[in-house]
Order: sequence, then C-alpha cells, then structure tokens
Amino acid sequence: MGLLTLIVLLPLAGFLLNGLLGNRLGKGFVTAVGCGMPAIAFAVTIKCFLDLKGGGWAPLSEVAYVWTMVGQDTFEVAFWFDRLTAVMALIVTGVGTLIHIYSTGYMHEDKSYARYFAYLNLFLFFMLLLVLGKSLLVLFVGWEGVGLASYLLIGFWFGDMEKAAAGKKAFIVNRIGDAGFLLGMFVLYSAVGTLDMPKINAAFMGTPVPAVSASLVGILLFIGACGKSAQIPLYVWLPDAMAGPTPVSALIHAATMVTAGVYLVARMSGIYLHAPEASSVIAAVGALTALMAATIALAQDDIKKVLAYSTVSQLGFMFVAAGVGAYGVAVFHVYTHAFFKACLFLGAGSVIHAMSGEQDIKKMGGLARKIPITFVTFAIATAAIAGVPPLAGFFSKDEILWFALASDRGGSVLLVLVMAFTALLTAFYMFRLLWLTFFGKPRMLKEVEHHVHESPLSMTGVLMVLAVLSAVGGFLSIPHFLEPMVALPGVRPGMDAYHYWVVGGSVAIAAVGLGAAAYFFGGDASRAAAVKAGFTGVYRVLSNKYYVDELYDRVINRPLLWISDAIFLRVGDRFLIDGTLNGLASVAQRAAGRLSRVQTGSLHKYAFLVLVGMVASLVWMWRHG
Amino acid sequence: MADATILSLVLYLPVAGMLAIAALPAGRDGVVRAFTLAVMVLQFLLSLILYAHFDPAVPGLQAATRVPWIPDWGVNYVIGLDGYNVLLVILTTFLGPLVTAGAFSAIAKQVKLFYAMVFLIQFAMLGTFVAQDLFLFYLFWETMLIPMFLIIGIWGGERRIYATVKFFLYTAFGSILMLAAVIYLVWSLWQTTGVASFAFADLYKARLPLEAQQWLLAAFALSFAIKVPMVPFHTWLPDAHVEAPTAGSVILAGVLLKMGTYGFMKLGFPLFPEATRLATPLIAMLSVLSIVYGACLALVQTDIKKIIAYSSISHLGYVMLGLVSLDLLGIQGAIMQMVSHGLVAGGLFLMVGMIYERCHTRELAAYGGLAKVLPVYSVFFLILTLASVGLPTTSGFTGEFLVLIGAFNAAWKPLAGTPGIPVWVAAVAVSGVVLGALYMLWFAQRFLFGAERVPHGPVADLNAREVSILAILVAAVFWLGLFPDGAMKRTELAAREYQELVAAKRAPAATRLTGEVPAEAVR
Repeated sequence: MGLLTLIVLLPLAGFLLNGLLGNRLGKGFVTAVGCGMPAIAFAVTIKCFLDLKGGGWAPLSEVAYVWTMVGQDTFEVAFWFDRLTAVMALIVTGVGTLIHIYSTGYMHEDKSYARYFAYLNLFLFFMLLLVLGKSLLVLFVGWEGVGLASYLLIGFWFGDMEKAAAGKKAFIVNRIGDAGFLLGMFVLYSAVGTLDMPKINAAFMGTPVPAVSASLVGILLFIGACGKSAQIPLYVWLPDAMAGPTPVSALIHAATMVTAGVYLVARMSGIYLHAPEASSVIAAVGALTALMAATIALAQDDIKKVLAYSTVSQLGFMFVAAGVGAYGVAVFHVYTHAFFKACLFLGAGSVIHAMSGEQDIKKMGGLARKIPITFVTFAIATAAIAGVPPLAGFFSKDEILWFALASDRGGSVLLVLVMAFTALLTAFYMFRLLWLTFFGKPRMLKEVEHHVHESPLSMTGVLMVLAVLSAVGGFLSIPHFLEPMVALPGVRPGMDAYHYWVVGGSVAIAAVGLGAAAYFFGGDASRAAAVKAGFTGVYRVLSNKYYVDELYDRVINRPLLWISDAIFLRVGDRFLIDGTLNGLASVAQRAAGRLSRVQTGSLHKYAFLVLVGMVASLVWMWRHG
Repeated sequence: MADATILSLVLYLPVAGMLAIAALPAGRDGVVRAFTLAVMVLQFLLSLILYAHFDPAVPGLQAATRVPWIPDWGVNYVIGLDGYNVLLVILTTFLGPLVTAGAFSAIAKQVKLFYAMVFLIQFAMLGTFVAQDLFLFYLFWETMLIPMFLIIGIWGGERRIYATVKFFLYTAFGSILMLAAVIYLVWSLWQTTGVASFAFADLYKARLPLEAQQWLLAAFALSFAIKVPMVPFHTWLPDAHVEAPTAGSVILAGVLLKMGTYGFMKLGFPLFPEATRLATPLIAMLSVLSIVYGACLALVQTDIKKIIAYSSISHLGYVMLGLVSLDLLGIQGAIMQMVSHGLVAGGLFLMVGMIYERCHTRELAAYGGLAKVLPVYSVFFLILTLASVGLPTTSGFTGEFLVLIGAFNAAWKPLAGTPGIPVWVAAVAVSGVVLGALYMLWFAQRFLFGAERVPHGPVADLNAREVSILAILVAAVFWLGLFPDGAMKRTELAAREYQELVAAKRAPAATRLTGEVPAEAVR
C-alpha cells in the first residue's frame, strides 16, 4: 500500500475502531485512536511532502484499485499529490489534528464522546479523499462524504429537532450544488472521455480544445462549489450549521470543508483559464457574497453566527481571487483563513465553555481578564482577519485586493472597491465582536459570571498554536510556491503604479475598522445604540438576514410540497389514474366480495392445484424429452 | 457437480422445500421456520458456487439445461445463466433467507402455508429469470402472481382485499396483453419463416415490419411497465406494499419489480429494436417522469411504508433510463441499480416491519427520536437511508452514477443509429438526486431525531436475529458500492449484447432459424 492510500485509510481506521468499539473500550482508547490517527496521517503527509520535494516536485501518483471498468471506460480510485494537494493535505491533517486535540477538552463531558470522534475521523477520511483524489469521481466521493460527516456532526445533538433540521438543511442545499457538480462531471465525461483531473486540465490546455464549452462546464462545477463553499444562492445552510459542536464549526465549517469549492476551482484551473464567462460569474458571485454576508454579520449577536457569516464572506474573497485567475492567491487565503478562523471558532468555543453555554455577545463583556489566554489568541486572530499587518490575513487579503484591481483576467476598479468596502466591514464587525465579548462591563448573570474559568490546556494549547500560525503564517508565500503549477494572472497595463496604493489602502481599512468599532462599542456602547435607533429598518433587515430563508420557503419549499400534494397526489394519482380505473374498481369490488368468502381452506386447494399443474408439466416434459 | 445440475438444484429446491413442509404435521411452526431457513441458506450457498463459476468472458448461456418439451410448437425447456440474469438470481437467493428469517416473529397464523407460498414465489421468480424460452418464461411469470396474491390476501393488513384486487387486475391485465403478443409474435414468425420457436435466441433474429413491432412492443411494454412500475401505471404499488406483510413487501420491492425491468431488457426492447429506437425519447421521458413524480409523492406521504413504496417508483425510473440510454455505462448502471434497489428497498421494508412489530403503527407522525431509544436500529436505518439517497460508497451510488453518466453520453453522443435521449431529459433526471435526499432525509429526521415518541413504548432495540439480517444486507450494500467490478464484469457481455440487439439494424432478409435444440442438451 502506498503512502497516499495510507494517509486516507488512517482516519477511516479511526472511524471504524471508535464507531464499533469506542463505547466498550472507554475514553482513553477513544482519545488515543481519535487523535492518534489524524496525527499519524499528518506525519505521513509531511513525509509525502518531503518525497515530493526530494523528487523535484514531480507529482506523486498511486492507484489504490480499479473501482470499475466498463469496456474502455476505467474508473480508478487513484491518488495524486502535487504542490496544491500538499498545501491542502497539510492544512487538513495539521489543523485537523489540532482540532481533534482541542475536542478532547471541549467534548470531555459529552455522553457520546466515542460517536463524536468516530464522526470527526470519518470527516477527515472523506476530506482527504477529496483533496488527494486524482479523478473528479474520487473527489466527488470525498465531496459527498464530507457532506455526510457535516450532516452527522451538525445534527450531533439530534434530540433537539432544530439541530437535526439544520443538519438536514445542510445536506439538501449541498445536494443542490452536487447536482450541478454531477452535471458538470457528466458533460465533461461525454466531451473528454475521462474524469482524471490532470488529463482534463491537459485536454483544455492543449489542442484541439475539447468540443464543449469550458464556461458551461465551469459554471456547472461552480454550482457545486457554491453549495459546499456557501456562496449565493446556496450559502443559507452554513449559518444554521453552527448548531453543531463548536470544534466542528472550526474544522468543517471554517477551516477545511467549506474551502473545498475553492480547491475545486483551483484544481480545475485548466478549464477556468479557458472560461472567461464562468470566471466572471465566479468573481461576481464571490464579491456579492462577501459583501452581503459581511453586512449580515454586522447585525448578529450570536458569537458563532458572526463567525459563520464572516466565513461566508471570506469564502467570497477566495472566489474573487479565483475568478480573476489568481488561483494561487485563492489558496493562499484558504491557508491563512484556516489558521485564523479555526483560532476564532475555537476561541469562541472556549468562551462558550467559560460562559456555561451562553452564545449571545450581548450577555458577555469583560472577559479579557478572566480568560486571558483565550482573549489574547482571539485578539490576534481578529487582527489577522481584519488585515492588520504583518499578520497572516493581511498578506492574503492584500493580494486579493491587488488582483481584484490589477488582474488582466477580469480585475476592475469596481471589484476592488466592493472588496475594499467589504474588508472595512470585516474589520469593523470583528472588532465589534472582540469588544462586546472581552471588554466593557460584564453583562452576564451573576451565577454565570461566578463560573467563568479558563479552559484546560488541551484547548488553550491549541489556541496558542493557531494564534502563532495566524500571526506568522503569511510569511510563507503560497502563491509563489504554487506558481510553477498555476501561474498568477498578468497585470493590466498601467496598474503597477497602484500597487502601493492597495497596500496602503488595506492597512488603512484595518485601522479605520478598528477605530470605528472602538468608537461605537468602547465605553457604554450608547453610540452604537443611537446608530441602531436611527436605522431600525435596515437593522431589522440585516439581523433577519435579508429574509432569504423565508423567501426560499415561499418560493421553493411550499410550492414543491403543494405541487406534490395537490397536483401529483390528488389530481394525478387519485383523480386521473385511479379515477380512470374506477370502472375496473367497481368490478373489483364485486369480485372482492366473492373473493373474501374464499377462505383459507380452499386457498390450500388453490395452491395445491397450482402445484399439480406444475408437476404435470414437468412429467410431461420428462416423458416427451 | 456440473453447474447445470447446480442451477437446477437451486431452481427446484424451493419446490422440494414446499413439498416437505406440506408433509409436516400442523402445529410445528418452529420446525417449519427453521427448515425453511435451512433450505433458503442452502439454496443461496449453491447459487454462490454458480456465481463463482460464472465466466465473464463467455458470451451466451452458462450452466444451461436444454430439453425438448413440446416439439410441435417449438417449445423447449431451456434454463441457464447469462449476464442478464446472473446478478438477479443471486439477488433472489440472497434475499430468500433474509425474508424467511425476517418473518419469524411477524407471521403467526398459517405458518406452514406462508412458507409454502414463500417457497413457491421464490421458485417462480428464479424460474422467470433463468427461463430462456418464451413459453417457459410466461409460465413462471404467471405463476408468480398466485403466491403474491395469497401472501397479500391472507397475511396482509386491513384493506388487503382492495389491495390484492387492484394488484391482480393491474398485473392480470398486463399479462393478458403480453400473452396475446406472445402468440402473435410466434405465429408471425412461423408464418414468415416456417419455423415455430419460442427460444429467445430465435425470436431475437425475427424481423417484423415496423408497425407490427410497435403494436407488440406496446403490449409487452405495458405488461412490463405495470410491473416496474412506471408512472402512470404505478398506483397498485403503494396499496400492495402498504397492505402486504413485511415479507411480501420485501419480495415485491426486492425482486418482483425487477421482473419488469428485466423483461424490458431481455425481451421487450431487443425483440422489437426498430420500434424501441423510435420510442426511446418517449420511454426516457416516462422514466424521468417516474423519477420525479415518485420522489415528489414520497415527499408528501404520511405512512412510512408508502414513502418507501414511492421511492421505489423513483429508483426504478433510473433503471429504465439506463436501459434506454443504450450506452454501455448506462446499461451496466441499470443492472447495478436493479440489484442495489433490491437490497436497499428490501432492507428498508424489513426495517419498517421491525418497527411495526414493536409499535403497531405506520403513521410517521406517531414516531420521533428513535435514535435515542433504539440506537442500533437507527444506525442501520440511517445507513440504508443514505444508500437510498445514493451516497457514494453505497450500492445506490454505483447504480445512479453510471445510469446518469450513460444518459448524458446518450444525450451528447448517442450510439450510431439510435436517437439518444434529449439533453433536458437527462438533466431533469439529475434532479432526482436532490429530491431523493429531500424525502429520505426529511423522513429520517422526523423518524429518528427530535423528541422521543414511541407508540406502545418502551420497546426493545433489535435482537440478534434482526441485527444479523441487517448486517448482512448492509455489508452487501457497501460491497457493491466500493467494489462493484466483480459483479459488473459478469454482466458486461450481456450489456453489450443487449446494446447490439437494440441498436443494430437487422439484416433485411429473415435469418434462417434453427428451431432445434442443440445436441448437447442435458437433462
């Protein structure tokens, strides 16, 4: 068995062991297996990375087995490890291991400890399948699989119907995206005759170009990405997904799974380079999503909801980068975002832990001194996402803004203005969150305040590691590392001069956001209340998330149920079909009357007659044979 | 032992079993159950030998038995295995023991007769699959009706009489049409070639005028479409399922419905290729209508058995779509989907039976939060739900994925000489992926999650017998999801043959028919 296969199988083994035996063998066993498997997978990934480097960056490839072969069509379960895979797999196993360790503290009291770790390992298995898969088919298996893991973990506390419903919503909305993904895959297969991603990219880069519109395929695959990576119009599941345990939100709904769509676009860059229309759509959707989610985040009071909308918004940033052809930059933001957003979510988990389960930031305040490690790490990550130099988020966001303006593949002034404004909102709502949570007077109940305590080392240790990574991660230039694989787009003529404007601008944005948050929420927050009072209408729309859920319910859910029930069932089945058969049915009624008199005694006889007939035929056959 | 002998053993074991339990004195229910299970297990093990010996590289019949029967009419007794039926035979023998064991606690009255009927239907279903002569096929086809009719009529629910009559009328109507078509087909063959033959192999060579083909296809298709069932010939199915005892539902969903799709693949389409090619877009549309319509109706059901019944209609729509795609991947996918649906829907019906035995209601609204009280039950239920949704790594994915990829191949670059499938039809078929998730997960959510509501509770979780049944099923579901290649190798040549039979233009002059039984006829 090759190393790549091993990376994938380790967490699967963890899932099976903990799923089948975990409850019997106790917490020690569950912890050892649950954290051990991802840690070993991380180590093996590093080994693969070194092999990759040692081999002069020639991609590693291995075939686990042939799934099926029909005529000339072969579908293999094959793995592929190149620069892009290396970045993704290291994030997934590295951050994944950290979050597993954090979970040992966070989930310590939970009755379903074994089930939790089994699911988390299952997630890792599918996520690794997704990033290591060589063909779109294997990627898709992982893609659907992480959706399953997400479903199971969002609804982890399934006794609460709302949580179970959130899990289902995530699955269904993702399935809508997956239908697009499938369509794209089928169109590709019909046109190119393979699902092997390196081959597909090569086909689109070479001549003759496949006889299919690259933009059609590109948009279909992007619909899949919209589902998994929570973009308009399919982002609605992610905020609800916060019903899951907080480490799950950090791992799945911030650091790894939700970035799968960005990975898909970057991985299929061979198609998107030839699909300017699809790329424009991606950039536009990304920008709109980033802006819309950021505005919603302004008006949320649940600490996890703010972070959730922030994630949606940051994913929009990544898609803007991908849309203007800067795939390396998109992955760069995936990478920095994994650190600071995981740190933020885990920090939020630590806060919730300290607050005995409270998530409303209006009922927090003044926590900085009581849980100092959580505070410091949270503050670093907040500064990172806001784009304070020289923290990780500054570098990736700066590059996104730069290419949004300067890329010769769709950069424009409008795009950069939208993104800059969104970055400003980001800095503002993140500092607002920081302020309301950690500064000012405590607003919680006395008994809650009495219980506030710093989390155990298993949690704070992980926070510290992630805070350090959020601080220094940006110095590793991922775009530069990926350059040999996916080149950065060219710069529009005359744009070079504006580079320093963009850098300066993004520093200014962070500063203004911080200042504004301090102005409005420092002190007694009366200024914020005044603003809110002045804009009650706007505030209501924002805090109700533009009523999109309600809209979908009216436009999609209810009509679908109505058509199914009123048209298909009542008119179709009952009236048209069974009605047409009514004549027969009335005959049937009479026959039934007679039949019901035929009781079991004579049925014996009936069966016996059948048997006699059979035997007679056989005998006849034998005699005439 | 020669394979042909083993196949005959597999086929006639149920008859022997039926006679044996008929000879048992009344009141020995325990013995009857154990004996039936033993025979079913033996049958399955024997069929496994056949599966292992089945050579994927050999076209045509294997393990064949050929005996002249009614020479004047050209009727021969020919049975054998080929790529068309090999998986379905295994599916039938595989489900046999599970159905038997699953009914141990559910069936309390007339136990002897019940298992005799299970044996009889097992015999008839296997016979229908292995028969290679239209006369024999028709005999087995009709024989199936009787035990099913009795199983629903005697051990069914409150409205069983209504359900049986509806079932009987629908299928008998289809059968009569098919009988007329069979007679006409053989007669016209005899008229044009002077040879009377019921052998499939001979009938494939017939070349009928297009108009005759169209009429005959319509008759066969109606009969098969009722069995599948395809919308709009489906309204018997929900009633039959709801009223049938668990074993009846499992047999119905697991194997009986595949008679329809198997019939299309083995007879309906290849016998009348020109007519089939003309009708392809129409059949594709009806298939997709079944997928969507079945799913939508599953969405609004309040009876858990009906949800699964309507889901069957939707899932079999994929089988039909794969068959008319005439694309190798699509055809292979259709076969996989048949097997997968047998396992998954069969398993779900078994599980509905298990909960019904405990709680005595099928009203979904009466349940809630089962995951807390019945954790083992819930795990199995969720796995089967996800397989039904077609999640990768389960058999449901293998079938759906290949069918859809085949449908798109047929839409973009149809096989030469075939009309293919309209692109929009293939695209709409993909919506089934979403709708399937919608109704099954909504079902699972209301059934397993939320606040606990257990009618007639508290109830016990699954016992060892039930866990064994489901574990075996689930293992098969994953096996076909992860490693479908072994099974698909065995069907590939048949898929090719089917594709060629339907797609190829037949030679203008009628090929000379043999009408004879080959010399190596074995008894």
